Amino acid sequence: MYEELRGYGFTVITVAIDRSVEDARPWIEAAKPTHPALIDTAHVLTDLYNIVNVPTILWIDERGRIVRPNDVAFGTDIFKHITGLEAARHLAALRAWVRGEATAMPEARARALQSLPTDGDQQARAELGLGEWLYTMGRTEAAARHFVRAGELAPHDFTIRRGTMPMRGIDPMGPKFREMLGAWVQAGNPYYRPLPE
Amino acid sequence: MAEAKFTIIDGGRVAEVGAREGVELARRAEAAGRPVAVDPDERVAYLGVSARERATALASLEAPDFTLPDLDGRLHSLSRHRGTKLLLVAYGSW
Repeated sequence: MYEELRGYGFTVITVAIDRSVEDARPWIEAAKPTHPALIDTAHVLTDLYNIVNVPTILWIDERGRIVRPNDVAFGTDIFKHITGLEAARHLAALRAWVRGEATAMPEARARALQSLPTDGDQQARAELGLGEWLYTMGRTEAAARHFVRAGELAPHDFTIRRGTMPMRGIDPMGPKFREMLGAWVQAGNPYYRPLPE
Repeated sequence: MAEAKFTIIDGGRVAEVGAREGVELARRAEAAGRPVAVDPDERVAYLGVSARERATALASLEAPDFTLPDLDGRLHSLSRHRGTKLLLVAYGSW
């Protein structure tokens, strides 16, 4: 997709929200990307953009303005049976925007669709940041306390609740994750929050 | 006896200060409306960024700039890509 559209003045930047460069390495090496493939081990991007799950995508125009706020899209349909999201729909919209065949949504609409952080979200991110520092210092037990606290403050933030599992010795694809997800969905909450359009 | 040390983490910078100064810095950040996470046993505080500051920046629709490394440690900034349309993708190995 990137190779197809780069001639139109288009770039992709991927950011791995991961515990370490080593956690991200196999994924990046397998994809062999020709665009910047970055690694964020300190939740810098999630704090700046109020990102609460992955994958999250945004469109940014030539002037550096957000023209499509946080949305969920997949590059392939491998997870379609779980997510109900079709990759092709986002790709078609992206292609039309990049080629100039369609405009992005009006600014007022982009603003209306943005989800902005609350005090609780930012308190959770402070607890997360403290936990990450303690983790890098090898104080894993103290770190885990703050990761758990962060998850309690922002239960909808899976970059915290799931993303910190590897730092708490928990398999992020395992039974603990499925249990957490089950409880969340049972309570009527969505795991993915795609934009309505 | 020398005063116990305290670590303050603020905007990615880590500073060692005296315990009294550390507690005072955390108190002042909190009074200024910033989220503060403290671990009294480990004697460390993390000073975060307020919801108001983040929300104001996002609502302006100016994409917040960031600088992050790739696998080889080379740093990339979003702002360097001005003039091209951009798809930003956040993902995780988890």
